[in-house]
Amino acid sequence: MSKYTEDDLKIELETKEYEYGFYTELESETFPIGLNEDIVRAISHKKGEPQWMTDWRLEAFRAWEQMTEPEWANVHYTKPDFQAISYYSAPKAVDPNKTLDDVDPELLEMYKKLGISVDEQKMMNNVAMDIVVDSVSVATTFKKTLGEKGIIFMSISEAIKEHPELVRKYLGSVIPQKDNFYAALNSAVFSDGSFCYIPKGVRCPMELSTYFRINQAGTGQFERTLLIADEGSYVSYLEGCTAPSRDENQLHAACVELIALDNAEIKYSTVQNWYPGNKEGKGGVFNFVTKRGICEKNAKISWTQVETGSAITWKYPSVILKGDNSTGEFYSIAVTNNFQQADTGTKMIHLGKNTKSTIISKGISAGRSQNSYRGLVRISPNADNARNFSQCDSLLMGNNCGAHTFPYIESKNPSAKIEHEATTSKIGEDQVFYCNQRGIPTEKAIALIVNGFSKDVLNKLPMEFAVEAQKLLEISLEGSVG
Amino acid sequence: MLSIKNLHASIGDKEILKGINLEVKAGEIHAIMGPNGAGKSTLASIIAGNENYEVTEGEISLDGEDLSELAPEERAHKGVFLSFQYPVEIPGVSVTNFMRTAINETRKANGLEEMPANEMLKVIREKSELLEIDRKFLSRSLNEGFSGGEKKRNEIFQMAMLEPKLAILDETDSGLDIDALRIVANGVNKLKSDKNAIVVITHYQRLLDYIVPDFVHVLLNGKIVKSGDASLALELEEKGYDWIKQEQEA
Repeated sequence: MSKYTEDDLKIELETKEYEYGFYTELESETFPIGLNEDIVRAISHKKGEPQWMTDWRLEAFRAWEQMTEPEWANVHYTKPDFQAISYYSAPKAVDPNKTLDDVDPELLEMYKKLGISVDEQKMMNNVAMDIVVDSVSVATTFKKTLGEKGIIFMSISEAIKEHPELVRKYLGSVIPQKDNFYAALNSAVFSDGSFCYIPKGVRCPMELSTYFRINQAGTGQFERTLLIADEGSYVSYLEGCTAPSRDENQLHAACVELIALDNAEIKYSTVQNWYPGNKEGKGGVFNFVTKRGICEKNAKISWTQVETGSAITWKYPSVILKGDNSTGEFYSIAVTNNFQQADTGTKMIHLGKNTKSTIISKGISAGRSQNSYRGLVRISPNADNARNFSQCDSLLMGNNCGAHTFPYIESKNPSAKIEHEATTSKIGEDQVFYCNQRGIPTEKAIALIVNGFSKDVLNKLPMEFAVEAQKLLEISLEGSVG
Repeated sequence: MLSIKNLHASIGDKEILKGINLEVKAGEIHAIMGPNGAGKSTLASIIAGNENYEVTEGEISLDGEDLSELAPEERAHKGVFLSFQYPVEIPGVSVTNFMRTAINETRKANGLEEMPANEMLKVIREKSELLEIDRKFLSRSLNEGFSGGEKKRNEIFQMAMLEPKLAILDETDSGLDIDALRIVANGVNKLKSDKNAIVVITHYQRLLDYIVPDFVHVLLNGKIVKSGDASLALELEEKGYDWIKQEQEA
């Protein structure tokens, strides 16, 4: 491939400037705002992608152009202007003059409460690191261990170049480009993300991404993750970070595709703590995510999520139970406070025989927030003896928030067994007084009650993540009573 | 220890306590008896700091310190304990976890380090034996699905764990069968010392057969109308409250 430098790109864009109908003084690392085929091509080119990838993106873009933003979710916001966004910016460089003293003290206070190390704090805020050697060596050891087992774990950009056969085979196989408005947008412009392949029969010896969570913070607003567990393999994958992210990008549209081949198992855990906007509901991230996995025979996929951030959340991690005897699980805690709105849940699509799914959703609403569970359980005609159990519990704090449940059940097979349980409760003054009387202050009492309410889901998280997630729940609800 | 002077309190527009005077000294057991609606539970709630009631007049102090400006948890940190008549359920929070949080919050407020886990386990073992509590019970969610008797026994277990200066037992006997009553009363008696005090609120004489009070007070229509020794409780058991009402009206 011919060398294509930033300068070439700059010239190309400047000369085409009239075509776009606007003028931008182009900085070397940022594209002009707006989206069209040329921008999509330029992104692909910039990343040095092969032609098939460029074509794949263009196909997605053309589909996206014909689509409209979905409006069925129980969320209200001013739609983003998709032509007012810049679709590519290189990761921010480290500013050598910046120190932690320049970082918002409120943010530092939160890090302290969460027990985030100073090095991690620096990386998350683009502050130069003093002790780079340590983390580099950890990462290297980690890569070596994985390499010995034949596990591939790298950025998706690298994977497109180094393992094109795998990417080409599986990218878009679970979430087609045209799946929905945001997935199409992501397919056209995705910036980066992770790629992971676990070979046949291999049990991944560690929680993937534990050491990489900081690196992931910089992957941008259109993240793309592709995870393939080959026959008989196992992997537990952690995504996100409990530390608050103050990303200036308002719109986030990520896609995550999981493929569990025969007898494979994938456990995917997420903690999402994007900026939720201020107490008056100004600002905050719009988080429109498409996550879906497919299970072949006897395979199992478990989604566990703790969602506390974002102004708007639109997210339904789903499982297609294609293979006979396959299992899908969804465990979720969604917390909304102040003016946050969340519409989240799952889809369990039973296609194979003897397929099983479990859904446990815990919604916690405080302030003036709105929290909705939306779930679909579909049993297709061939899915003999399919089973589903769903439990959706809502906890309300105060009188100004809302909890909603939209369970959809479609069964086309008479042998299906589907159970649905739902409860709504409110933290009672009597519960808080009881705790107070035992010497537990109100904030701590609320945290205790909320943690108790969320226990079934917290227990599903990997140990170290669970402890952080517990603290996160506490912090997210601070000041929500009183 | 506890000193209540001319306490008036109301909920909304309704005055419930109409001038209570009560002095409880360290080492004493007081029983407060009276018919339904006399204000017994209200008195207990107010001492514990329940903000649903408004204190309109009078004062409550513990060891000479005015409690009226203190939040419920601050009163707890100073050693006030209330065994609830209707203990609430907290799903997903085990008895052990709840107690650990309560003890450590109290220690923190009093400038002490958290209790080390091995010491905590030791204390839990001791106190659960004292109240004949199966330790499996302690991993269950607080009060969730507990029988009436289990709830009350759990309240006294918490009292044993927290070692309060002043314990108020609000209708602890209700819901207990005779065996459980004996175990609970036995536990309370063992916890009793010359450094703490207990106020027992009850309808019936039954509990007082096991926890023998030094003083018995009759609460009627928001006031303590009669005080005496343990024999007063027996008299009430025999004659009911009407004769006192008549005495009052006379």
